[in-house]
Amino acid sequence: MNETSAKPNEKISKPALPRWGRIVAWVGLFALLVVVAMVLLRKQQGPVAIGQVPPAFTLTTFDGQQIGAANMAGKVVLVNFWASWCKPCEQEAADLEAAWRYYQPRGDVLFLGIAWTDTETASLAYIDKFNITYPNGPDLGTTISQAYRTTGVPETYIIDKNGRLAALKLSPYTSLSEIQSAIDPLLTP
Amino acid sequence: MLKKNLLAVFLALFFGLLFTGVVIAQQPTPSDDEVNAIAKQLYCPVCENIPLDVCPTTACAQWRELIRQKLADGWSEQTIKDYFVQQYGARVLGSPPAKGLNWLIYLVPPIAILAGVYVLYHAYRSWKRPSRAEESAPSNSLSDRDANQDEYIKRLENEVRKR
Repeated sequence: MNETSAKPNEKISKPALPRWGRIVAWVGLFALLVVVAMVLLRKQQGPVAIGQVPPAFTLTTFDGQQIGAANMAGKVVLVNFWASWCKPCEQEAADLEAAWRYYQPRGDVLFLGIAWTDTETASLAYIDKFNITYPNGPDLGTTISQAYRTTGVPETYIIDKNGRLAALKLSPYTSLSEIQSAIDPLLTP
Repeated sequence: MLKKNLLAVFLALFFGLLFTGVVIAQQPTPSDDEVNAIAKQLYCPVCENIPLDVCPTTACAQWRELIRQKLADGWSEQTIKDYFVQQYGARVLGSPPAKGLNWLIYLVPPIAILAGVYVLYHAYRSWKRPSRAEESAPSNSLSDRDANQDEYIKRLENEVRKR
């Protein structure tokens, strides 16, 4: 009598999935949550922080020149992300060019302009308009901006001679002296 | 007569080819519809979640103009999309390529739907089972009760006989 009445209960408590199926389902769910968490953490990290070593990159300029880690070693490097459609970028374009002309003769300062999500025609017109002479190139595949975790344009990163990020500006520079005050302390021996 | 016909055919072919050549060389400016047919498959990183064909920013206008220029140069839709991926990364595509972590986008939703259907199916079956058990339970208990009663009556009769 007991046996007959126990059978339906056993069937009800029996799990829907076999043991291996439950393990696979939980592992899959856990892996998915880990991936989602990693993506969210990366998004919340913000740009490269001061004192960190920024990611290495090679910039192919609009005139086909390759500028990589070897060209940047031992120099103060100013990396400026810009776009031709970005009005605030225009505010600082002349000051950046003036700063480049001021530091270029020293040989230990390098300016790099990176055109973000811009068309080549528009970028070249912008460079021509502001008479920019320091190396500029497109952010091919947006790999450089993604590595730097940029949040928009203009953004400027100044790297010291030891390859660490020394200054970060997430808005346009307002004057030549502001740029100089960021670079000069890095040039003292 | 034959010579005249041959001359006419020759002239027709000559002017026909000349005219076709002019048409090919002209490469008419692509229409907005042609541009937007490609643009709606692309997304500019500046204005996330807005397709390029309806995005109002200057950056997107430049991109649409670039598509128009490439179409005028005779580029195919796929070549233009490949160019945009090379220039701005795979994230400009409305449908990301199925490789690397992108596979999750294509695999997770159908797996989640199948898992949901499976869970619902089993939940439905488990809801149905107790009612069946309840239906069968009274009949079982009745027969058990009858059996018990028979046993009881049998024992009672035996006791009465003994006395």
